[in-house]
Amino acid sequence: MNTVFSNKTAICLFVLPTLLIFCGIVLVPIVVSSYYSLLDWNGVGKGTFIGLRNYAEMFTDTRALHAMKNSLLFAAASVFIQLPISLLLALILASAVKGEGFYRTVYFIPVLISTVVIAQLWSKIYNADYGLLNTLLKEIGLSGWAQDWLGQKKTALVFSFIPTLWQYIGYHMLLMYAGAKSISQDIFEAAKIDGASRVRTALCITIPLMRPILKVCLVFSVIGAFKVFDLVYVLTGGGPFFSTEVPSTLMYTTIFDTYRYGYGSAISVFIIAECLVFTGLINKFFKTE
Amino acid sequence: MSVAEAASQRRPRLAGNIIMQAFLIVIAVTQIYPLVWLAFFSLKDNGEIFSGDVLGLPKKFLWSNYVKAFTEGQVLTYFFNSVLVTAVTILLVVALSSMTGYAITRMNWKWNHATMMLILLGMMVPIHAALLPLFMVLKNLKLLNTYWALIIPYVAFAIPMAVFILASFFKGIPREMEESAVIDGCGIYRTFLFIVFPLVRPAVATVSIFTFLSSWNELMFAVTFINDASMQTLTVGMMSMVGTYITQWGIIGAGLLITTIPTIVIYLLLSKQVQNSMIAGAIKG
Repeated sequence: MNTVFSNKTAICLFVLPTLLIFCGIVLVPIVVSSYYSLLDWNGVGKGTFIGLRNYAEMFTDTRALHAMKNSLLFAAASVFIQLPISLLLALILASAVKGEGFYRTVYFIPVLISTVVIAQLWSKIYNADYGLLNTLLKEIGLSGWAQDWLGQKKTALVFSFIPTLWQYIGYHMLLMYAGAKSISQDIFEAAKIDGASRVRTALCITIPLMRPILKVCLVFSVIGAFKVFDLVYVLTGGGPFFSTEVPSTLMYTTIFDTYRYGYGSAISVFIIAECLVFTGLINKFFKTE
Repeated sequence: MSVAEAASQRRPRLAGNIIMQAFLIVIAVTQIYPLVWLAFFSLKDNGEIFSGDVLGLPKKFLWSNYVKAFTEGQVLTYFFNSVLVTAVTILLVVALSSMTGYAITRMNWKWNHATMMLILLGMMVPIHAALLPLFMVLKNLKLLNTYWALIIPYVAFAIPMAVFILASFFKGIPREMEESAVIDGCGIYRTFLFIVFPLVRPAVATVSIFTFLSSWNELMFAVTFINDASMQTLTVGMMSMVGTYITQWGIIGAGLLITTIPTIVIYLLLSKQVQNSMIAGAIKG
């Protein structure tokens, strides 16, 4: 019996192909990226070793600092605008309202759609002349408010956040809903007998017991904000005048438009570090509290 | 509690219910109306869109937008490429991850825990980190502008989640199933393929849905590794189409909708399963 389950050939056959492709494509490139980030290199020839000078440039260059600031603002918007809406929806749906399944299905639809489609759709919504937003404003008599939402610096950043916030409300709602539903019904029965109101039950019982899933949502929304690429790339390309630039679009243009491979790699290493540090911080925050 | 007291308690409940339903409906409309609007303008001509009537139903359903998108707009090519890349990716992910998940959870060897930890590490890695090194490797291997340039990275990045989900399913299968198969003379390969693998079908469905969504919707690799228009997938194809038909909203809308329809059909057929897949993917320990 044991010889069958310790068959070395079978184990190699089952595990090695996966390990090979996984290490080669996922793990090794991180190491390689970190090495590239120490070079001054345009992709041709060998490149010169310049130590940490790419990182020094990144933390002094106003364009890079602006992109980092934008990604932090993006994360903050996700946490303080998107997650509360999702939580409210999840709590309402978990409290057995009419049409629970229908709403859950509907809210989740945008999550599944390609970000490219979402971005194209929203660029049409924002279109200055014929877009949905300006048309609606004109219909309700606020034509003075209509403007080129993505074409000017002062509105572009906020309005390029909205599609992502909109798209993933349903995702966090679903996770939180699953978390709320996994709480034992006995607790709610007890609260009801004690005469607790719905708001009080939610604040004092449901939300505290949802901590594990809230942590997951918090990590996902912060990391998701740091990694955002597709939406900004398609919607604004980082413009106008770099006002909507985020680290990933800066990385992309640095590498593939200006051929600064070393500096671009430094930005990619920064994105990984940013994700790891914030995951660690959130985990720590949830542990100590 | 007197009748009057009970009634006075019920009234705020009722008001609360109405407010909650109103809130749910408002959010439902904001989540769905943009997509309905997209469907509407995909069936309109420019005259109707630019005359200011972009909100409502099309006066006449202009299906020719879809025909134009498919033929002139090359959406058929993009669609075929996306289907091919996604299908091969799913097959490879399921095959590789189920074998590895099985070996890690059910077979006896020294490094099984270490291997699992190593693979799980991959869930933390954003694809950004691999972009440039992969580009260089694919360039040197002359694999840019081939389907493999997308399939191999998609498989690699789907493996961690897939192994995790499958491994947790394999763990739940009773040992006796395999033992009796071995006593009856099955070797390890037949035990895996005919006894154990059929038992984890729900996990295979979860992994397939997950892999489908991530590779069907992926942009960064697709836009970097493929620039030959005949090899592009839908996401990149949509970007070039928007450039070509810049003012023809109807055709763009049709292309965007064609990109979305497979996902929506799968979701409407399997909405419970899709939702559970997303939950399973998130709660990874």
